[in-house]
Amino acid sequence: MSLDSKIPEGPLAEKWNRHKFNIKLVNPANKRKYDVIVVGTGLAGASAAATLAELGYNVKAFCFQDSPRRAHSIAAQGGINAAKNYQNDGDSVYRLFYDTVKGGDYRSREANVYRLAEVSVDIIDQCVAQGVPFAREYGGYLTNRSFGGAQVSRTFYARGQTGQQLLLGAYSQMSRQISTGKIQMFPRTEMLDVVVVDGKARGIVVRNLITGKIESHSAHAVLLCTGGYGNVFYLSTNAMGSNATAAWRAYKKGANFANPCFTQIHPTCIPVTGTHQSKLTLMSESLRNDGRVWVPKKEGDKRPPNEIPDDERDYYLERKYPSFGNLVPRDVASRNAKMVCDDGKGVNESGLAVYLDFRDAIKRDGEDVIRAKYGNLFQMYEKITDENPYKVPMKIYPAVHYTMGGLWVDYNLSTSIPGLYALGEANFSDHGANRLGASALMQGLADGYFVIPYTVGDYLATLPYEKVDIDHPEFKKAEEDVKNKIKTLLSINGKKTVDEIHRELGKIMWDYCGMSRTKEGLEKALKMVQELRKEFWQNVKVIGSNEELNMTLEKANRVADFLELGELMIRDAHDRNESCGGHFREEYQTPEGEALRDDENFSYVSAWKYAGDDKDPVLEKENLKFENVKLTQRSYK
Amino acid sequence: MKLKLKIWRQKNADSKGKMVDYDIDNISPDMSFLEMIDELNEDLLRKGEDPVTFDHDCREGICGMCSMYINGRPHGPGDLVTTCQLHMRSFKDGDTIYIEPWKAKAFPVIKDLTVDRSAFDRIIQAGGYISANTGSAPDANEIPIPKDIADEAFDAATCIGCGACVAACKNASAMLFVSAKVSQMAMLPQGKVEKEERVQNMIAQMDAEGFGACTNTGACSAECPKGIDLKNIARMNREYFGASLSSQKIKA
Repeated sequence: MSLDSKIPEGPLAEKWNRHKFNIKLVNPANKRKYDVIVVGTGLAGASAAATLAELGYNVKAFCFQDSPRRAHSIAAQGGINAAKNYQNDGDSVYRLFYDTVKGGDYRSREANVYRLAEVSVDIIDQCVAQGVPFAREYGGYLTNRSFGGAQVSRTFYARGQTGQQLLLGAYSQMSRQISTGKIQMFPRTEMLDVVVVDGKARGIVVRNLITGKIESHSAHAVLLCTGGYGNVFYLSTNAMGSNATAAWRAYKKGANFANPCFTQIHPTCIPVTGTHQSKLTLMSESLRNDGRVWVPKKEGDKRPPNEIPDDERDYYLERKYPSFGNLVPRDVASRNAKMVCDDGKGVNESGLAVYLDFRDAIKRDGEDVIRAKYGNLFQMYEKITDENPYKVPMKIYPAVHYTMGGLWVDYNLSTSIPGLYALGEANFSDHGANRLGASALMQGLADGYFVIPYTVGDYLATLPYEKVDIDHPEFKKAEEDVKNKIKTLLSINGKKTVDEIHRELGKIMWDYCGMSRTKEGLEKALKMVQELRKEFWQNVKVIGSNEELNMTLEKANRVADFLELGELMIRDAHDRNESCGGHFREEYQTPEGEALRDDENFSYVSAWKYAGDDKDPVLEKENLKFENVKLTQRSYK
Repeated sequence: MKLKLKIWRQKNADSKGKMVDYDIDNISPDMSFLEMIDELNEDLLRKGEDPVTFDHDCREGICGMCSMYINGRPHGPGDLVTTCQLHMRSFKDGDTIYIEPWKAKAFPVIKDLTVDRSAFDRIIQAGGYISANTGSAPDANEIPIPKDIADEAFDAATCIGCGACVAACKNASAMLFVSAKVSQMAMLPQGKVEKEERVQNMIAQMDAEGFGACTNTGACSAECPKGIDLKNIARMNREYFGASLSSQKIKA
């Protein structure tokens, strides 16, 4: 079966405008008759909730944190792309579109990416109006920096805390709507199921994380803005609470899950120090503007970095990719770091690290200039590693960071369940097989501020005002299912902790479904994950009760879903017999070791459909058509 | 490393809490403080005992969720760090560590080390925003903002809303938190339109939540993991008095 992406007719540059004109509107007086549920309050959720409330819809917003301001968008460091061309360096909507499609290794949907590039300029205007303090030049105008995969400077930033400033901007707009009563906010509340009535999403079931109470909420549409699933890997740059439960419940209720194997391994993270490690910390990609990546030319060279002379250093990115140098896209940078470490040239006690060196930038610009640009990142690095990056090069290694895959959505951001939408990292649509730096913030805000307010109206205009009562049998059944699952988890009382099992899952995924993958490895991993899942349900130890704040129970619920999602990621990686972007199958590479696509056979979105717990999922496809960009072997040389 | 921990345990908001002793061994100096607590919790779990409940999320010092009062200091002995950025190398083998929740009337304990900080959200809801509906913004470069003002506004805007300022203050005052937001928006041209109402409404809400008064001891700023400057409080006071004298929109 082929999925209908509902891409509007017309030339690329006119699609969105035409679509906005053609879709149905809900008149202002009628908007207050519709209720919309927004799950998650990161950039996508907060911007959507605020904007829908401004329009007059009644919004109920949910987050598992104690405040909507803490969603993990807050941790994004480097910046947000926009095709403003304030630098007069040749940027344009078309170039941002082109860079994004190319950066994603031609596995994203042209029309969505073009729209993203088009609204990117409005995002910057909107954020500045809210008081987001972006970096400025002395003349008072906004300044930019460069990010990987682009040869123009189009990244707006607020020191190394861009995500924080953008999220606090969206949060402030949300707060304004909470004070007017248009948004009802439910913090410390986790969505555990979506309720589908007569084929349409009509509400959700949640657990109050303080009292344990299971409650239903009914609405006319449900927006999942719940982020990615990087924590399947146990160690990632995601927050500890980031989870895939909302998206996974949607999948099990019939929403297709697209490209699950497209995960982004970020090249510049602080290396792992031991088994106690609970999460990994990213060092912003912006550091590659001034930092130079290298390893010693000699295998096993144990000299301190500053004692290794220049001619004995291999600046391997500059050597292999002279035109992009250290600013190659993330997948390329990560894979090359792995390759040099596999060759025994890695540094650190583990041999799993490369240097990111600021010596030359400090010599050129002075320490003060570097401090002004990256001060807080350098400080963060020093706090964690106890080393001063102004004096010795940083040590970095790739880590799981972002998931390009997610719930399948059409052009309107609707999942395959009518009335159920997915925004931001939770959907799959814009980044293909590799996301470019500073594009996640752009996409989250584009979806929330400028896309969903139009497209959800088109859907709501077709619905009657009446809501489904939460006493409806479908709500009751979903509540029962949630309660039973919790009861089971609490009754197993086995020997292994949730973290132990999660750590094992993460290791399987990293070893076999991480930076490089093989057919045999994936087949082995599939069996291992299935075994582990069996063990989880027989031997996990969860104590306490449901009727209290129970961190272990929360985690167990999330890991139960990670175990199933991990399996789907492996199946997807196994199915895709090509390499593209972050998905690198060792069998498919160019003589130089670059990802080798197979456009003839794999130019599609794999959109998996749940078929039952004891059946294999069904692969449905959305064939990708490239009408504007010519598919070529990606080259950053 | 071997450590003795004394941790505040409290079953829920209605029950009485107490300090409980725990011994913990094999702690690596490279561990973060929260990873040390993770280890303790794994031990407790294996023994069938209730793990210590605490708030945490990003573990990189930016979400503002973690909130431990360690050896009498919010976020522990380090300067300019949150609890999650504190590493065990800051302690010595054999140390005794006291771990308590934030203590303030406006931040009631929910369980163990987890407190309710929703008062902060309500203060922001009272006025911590610029009313800018999506779609109505002019071009971002239309209003140049001098770099020093943008930088100063940014410094105030880096507040993570963790509540360490309140926990550090003997009066449990929230002036540093509130003033950071008031300052950010009062300094920027976009925020000037509503600045009088904003400061008055936010301060009214701050008082209604039961936070104490400011006596200028500066403990808040000294303990702030983001180093929010005390001068923000001075600026807020100036804004407040100015608004009280001039505003036509004072709410009763």
